[in-house]
Amino acid sequence: MITIDVDMNKCQHYGQCVFEAPSVFKLNNDDKLEFTATADDSERSNVEAAIDVCPMQAITIVE
Amino acid sequence: MSHPVVIVGASMGGLRMAEALRRFGYTGAITVIGDEPYAPYNRPPLSKEVLAETVSHEAVAFEQRDSTADVNWMFGTRVQATDLEHAVVTDVNGDVHPYSALVVATGLRSKRLTVPNGELRGRHAVRTLDDAIALRRELVPGARVVIVGAGFIGCEVAATARKLGCDVTIVAPGTHPMQRPLGTELAAEMQRRHEAQGVTFRMKTAVTDLVGTLAVDGVALDDGTTIPCDVLVEAIGSHDNTEWLEGNDLDLATGVRTTNDLRAVKSTGEVWDNVFVIGDLARFPNPIFDNECRRIEHWNIPTETAKRAAQVFTGNAQGDFRPIPSFWTDQYDNHLLAYGVLSLADEVKLIDGEISGDCVFGYYRDGDMVGVCGIGMRSVVQRYRANFV
Ligand SMILES: Cc1cc2nc3c(=O)[nH]c(=O)nc-3n(C[C@H](O)[C@H](O)[C@H](O)COP(=O)(O)OP(=O)(O)OC[C@H]3O[C@@H](n4cnc5c(N)ncnc54)[C@H](O)[C@@H]3O)c2cc1C
Ligand code: SF4
Repeated sequence: MITIDVDMNKCQHYGQCVFEAPSVFKLNNDDKLEFTATADDSERSNVEAAIDVCPMQAITIVE
Repeated sequence: MSHPVVIVGASMGGLRMAEALRRFGYTGAITVIGDEPYAPYNRPPLSKEVLAETVSHEAVAFEQRDSTADVNWMFGTRVQATDLEHAVVTDVNGDVHPYSALVVATGLRSKRLTVPNGELRGRHAVRTLDDAIALRRELVPGARVVIVGAGFIGCEVAATARKLGCDVTIVAPGTHPMQRPLGTELAAEMQRRHEAQGVTFRMKTAVTDLVGTLAVDGVALDDGTTIPCDVLVEAIGSHDNTEWLEGNDLDLATGVRTTNDLRAVKSTGEVWDNVFVIGDLARFPNPIFDNECRRIEHWNIPTETAKRAAQVFTGNAQGDFRPIPSFWTDQYDNHLLAYGVLSLADEVKLIDGEISGDCVFGYYRDGDMVGVCGIGMRSVVQRYRANFV
């Protein structure tokens, strides 16, 4: 399992992460980010891709 | 042993390239040579949130991943020249680095004003961490800040300087700020929003002279007026860092021309199999739009081009390279997000929301959508993104 953290003070809800790891990140009906705090190891590379595209560099994988 | 992959430029493009080479299975040596004294860091916050607070390397540094721990990082080392025929680069110390593949990731530097009295102190640019550290010190409440240039970076610095209590005037040649990418209507609206925050615009004017004894205390304009100035910010565009590539028969007209696979092209049309160009400098054709070679100076491009170049190098590339250009900008509470190449449009129209509030504009060329840009309204903007997939 991996644990995912998004710094909500940084996140501007751009939703770029959604395209890289749709099973972890989504924008809700109010256009706000929602994400699952844990994911299967197989999601690691998708979450790393989400980290790379996040304009605010708000996402981290907590080791 | 074969020579390392040598990446020149240790910013986002160089970092993402080293990471992508590892991700796609390259296990050989990698050397990254960069002239800045810092490990790779993120530029966008330097005109935005970080400039509003404390500027430090820590605040903007990219995380160093385990996969690149064995990379030979050479910071503070400028590359002077390269000889592609002999597959070597030479650094400023005269050291010669042979390579198996070369990655060009040297990006851009700020263009500066060429005006009389240019030696006066108080002039700033915003490209590097050191630029931002120097500028941050001057952005004190009441400081009279004159920003030359009304592109994204100029406008972001204006918003940040207002937040910090400075007096802000923007001087630029166009009609409205950010007009070329955004189109007249949205650009005029952004100008109104800046004016509502207290920014003064002197559009359709140019700086002719700097006034002052030791430091700048005024800026003379071509309409005959002089405006007071404590801090001069020059945000008038950029030059390519490609001098070190000269003498190799590359097409350096703007950026470096490449194939769709990001391999550098000779002026004869021949392709260098082991020379890749990524990031702001890559001038590549993107079949989403047409066959034209274009550079895209947006933040998502270093990552996209690095990934592609690494896939090509390791034999993992499939199909055409079709990255969706994307940019954002934050100015006060206005958070703009765009996809596509807005400047290609011959028609721009409001497609959702209201111009005075959250809104979405569509950008069309010959009736086909080439871009979308919204203030807020993320799910609408993202729905249109599907047009480019
Ligand atoms: C202030 C600012 C705000 C921005 N905001 C946004 C934004 O909101 N949204 C967006 O989409 N984009 C934004 N951008 C653009 C984005 O940051 C760039 O597209 C991105 O940095 C390009 O990365 P790069 O690696 O190609 O080039 P660069 O980041 O320019 O890196 C090139 C590196 O190579 C080094 N170098 C140059 N010549 C040599 C040499 N001869 N030898 C060795 N090293 C050399 C340079 O010093 C530099 O470290 C912004 C840029 C700036 C400056
Ligand atoms: S990409 Fe980053 S800023 Fe955008 S919604 Fe995801 S975490 Fe937030």
